[in-house]
Amino acid sequence: MAIVTNKSQRWRVLAAHVFLVCLCALVIFPFLLTISISLRPGNFATGRLIPAEISFEHWRFALGLPSVGPDGTLVYPDLPVLRWLWNSIRVALVSACIGLLLSTTAAYAFARMRFAGKKAALTGLMLMQMFPSVLALVAIHSIFTRIGNAFPLFGMDSLWSLVLAYSGGIALHVWTIKGFYETIPAEIEEAATVDGATPWQAFWRVLLPMALPILMVVFLLAFIGAIIEYPVASILLHSQKNLTLAVGANSFLYPQKYMWGDFAAAAILSGLPITIVFMLAQKGLIAGLTSGGTKG
Amino acid sequence: MTIPPAIRRNLGRAFLALLVVAALFLVTVIYATGEALLAGTFLVIIALAAWLYTSQKTYAYRYLFPGIAAAIIFVVFPVIYTIFISFSNYSSRNLLEFPRATQYLLDQTYPGESNTFSFSLFPDGAKFRARLEDSEGGAAYLTPAFAMPGDAPVEVKAGPEAAAGFTPGDPVELGDVIAHEENLKKLTIAMPNGAKLGMTGLSEFAAMKRLYAAQPDGSLLNNQDGTVIRPNVRTGFYETASGEKVLPGFQVKIGWDNYTRIFTDPKYREPFIRIFIWTVVFAGLSVLFSFSLGMVLAVLLNWEALRFRSLYRLLLFLPYAVPGFISILVFKGLFNNNMGEINLILNALFGIRPGWFSDPFLAKVMILIVNTWLGFPYMMVVCMGLIKAIPMDLYEASAVAGAGPLTNFFKITLPLIKRPMLPLLISSFAFNFNNFVLISLLTGGRPDFLDTTIQAGTTDILISYVYRNAFVDSGQQFGLGAAISTVIFLLVAAITLVQIRYTRIADDEKR
Repeated sequence: MAIVTNKSQRWRVLAAHVFLVCLCALVIFPFLLTISISLRPGNFATGRLIPAEISFEHWRFALGLPSVGPDGTLVYPDLPVLRWLWNSIRVALVSACIGLLLSTTAAYAFARMRFAGKKAALTGLMLMQMFPSVLALVAIHSIFTRIGNAFPLFGMDSLWSLVLAYSGGIALHVWTIKGFYETIPAEIEEAATVDGATPWQAFWRVLLPMALPILMVVFLLAFIGAIIEYPVASILLHSQKNLTLAVGANSFLYPQKYMWGDFAAAAILSGLPITIVFMLAQKGLIAGLTSGGTKG
Repeated sequence: MTIPPAIRRNLGRAFLALLVVAALFLVTVIYATGEALLAGTFLVIIALAAWLYTSQKTYAYRYLFPGIAAAIIFVVFPVIYTIFISFSNYSSRNLLEFPRATQYLLDQTYPGESNTFSFSLFPDGAKFRARLEDSEGGAAYLTPAFAMPGDAPVEVKAGPEAAAGFTPGDPVELGDVIAHEENLKKLTIAMPNGAKLGMTGLSEFAAMKRLYAAQPDGSLLNNQDGTVIRPNVRTGFYETASGEKVLPGFQVKIGWDNYTRIFTDPKYREPFIRIFIWTVVFAGLSVLFSFSLGMVLAVLLNWEALRFRSLYRLLLFLPYAVPGFISILVFKGLFNNNMGEINLILNALFGIRPGWFSDPFLAKVMILIVNTWLGFPYMMVVCMGLIKAIPMDLYEASAVAGAGPLTNFFKITLPLIKRPMLPLLISSFAFNFNNFVLISLLTGGRPDFLDTTIQAGTTDILISYVYRNAFVDSGQQFGLGAAISTVIFLLVAAITLVQIRYTRIADDEKR
């Protein structure tokens, strides 16, 4: 039944619609502008918001294709956007795999086994979430300088060191996966154990296949988390060819070199897939968590 | 699957043993490079792993170990190490540890008074040979073929030219020598008589002498002018008798100096206090604005009389789904003083062009606008969930009593979601307290204060101030940055304690 049913109702609905439409316009406005900017020629505001002529020069820049310069020669883009995207994807893929591996096993122990210090370890993981890695940047910088003295591969300006630095951030994943494991009845694994399976087999062959949806979601969230991470990447990576997208994207908008249009194209090119993946993961997270209880 | 269990078990052990041996080899390699601390850490991890994976008693920890170890090494240890650094003078002037700084000084050379050699470079395949001719005696020497030194110094032995069996062709052009000058400076040529020559000019090599000689009492004797420099463990520098510092310095523990600087030295205290106040204001207002907006939207989107609610929800959720670094940079461009679209529109409508990036107040306003835009969707989604959980009969009862929507909101909705929201609001406050990405990408802390001697920005929050001190502005003040980080740790810990308190209260009420 309707809660309030007097004459002002219709006006209120209309006001709400006006408010929401205005707000949606405000929210969408930057995105639409970015599309328009990426398609108009030149890097400066032209005085009109809808481009009078469509130019793909910025998209060519973002895709690393040469364009014809003012003097008729081919000009190659000086910022390797696709390479940054590829760096980001590589780091995110590897670190998400490592993070998933580390957190599924740890979550299994937390969900199914008894051991000394379990409660303390769980609380510790929760507390870790409170202290973002950005607070320890100085130490992370120093640690990787030192590791680099022994193993240059894991030192400064290396994507591998970034993977290492991200691999410790599993606290949230452990909690998420543990929560899902606990919705799966332990009897299923116990049945497997009665049939002669070792705890490892019960975990690997019985529990993990059932937990697949949550593993997918955690993988995607870890993947996105690594792609959008900026602070640690910005201190560990220096040379242009090694940058991740989050760090490299920062080099478009300097007052001396203001590549607004090129940035807009690069932002759409890289932001769109990440946004879609994130939307999917969000949907999956809710669906995965609610469907867990009825499984088994 | 057909492998007998006995072999399988031993196979696992053998594999583990092999891993341990490989790991121990790695530890020796690390130790050999002089990173004793790193080698020790590694050793402890290996020992722990070997014990956990062989003992039956520790079965559960086998599953935990990799994850917990990674979390401890890359999350917990950096925190502890930050506190450790905060008590040191670690900075660009005091970058090296004492033995390395001493070694650096001992490796310094200067051209001695002895005779010089004229130098020419000859290509030999892809490599090079250097020919040296004594500028007084006329004797000529030739080196074997060597590759151009890269980053690391290279030493080659020269022999008499006659014995080398190589007839030099055309020497490398001077222009190419100039191009290789930096690399050639890393080349040391050992002469048959034991003298070591280094490059002193484009076509000249001369015997290089060590600038410093180690004395038994730990001081260094300057061979060139005969002065003695002594390490001062208070300042972290080698100093001459008159107290002049010799670069590079070395890392020393300086106790609470970094903290006393932050809290008592007006030069550091003044910007610190201002930045702290803005950090609190920024985090508080960000939470207030995004919560207010998110809350209103949640109420509206739960209103069943409204159509298109799922469409609105999808659109309004977008700012949360787009990667932060992209939307922040988009705003950085849109707000640009001269070329941004926002000023273009404002100029067309009202004839104004606000200096979003040059005026401190407007910069703060812009930051809050952008952060509200970024933050409200999360609040909206959370509030929607909480409002859905409020029993409908409460509203039905209030409708019977003739209450309007505002009364409903303030008397029913807000009081009921206040308690479960509080922990989330506090953690949102803590998040914004350290919202480095927003500040760093949008303004970089600028515009700077004009009346402070230390570079500090009017829009800097504590953590971006740390970043500037340690990584951006000259000086690389790691020690100072670590001290401010430690202060932030304590503040965040305090916020966390408050949050845990309110989470408990919220949980208790649920029961």
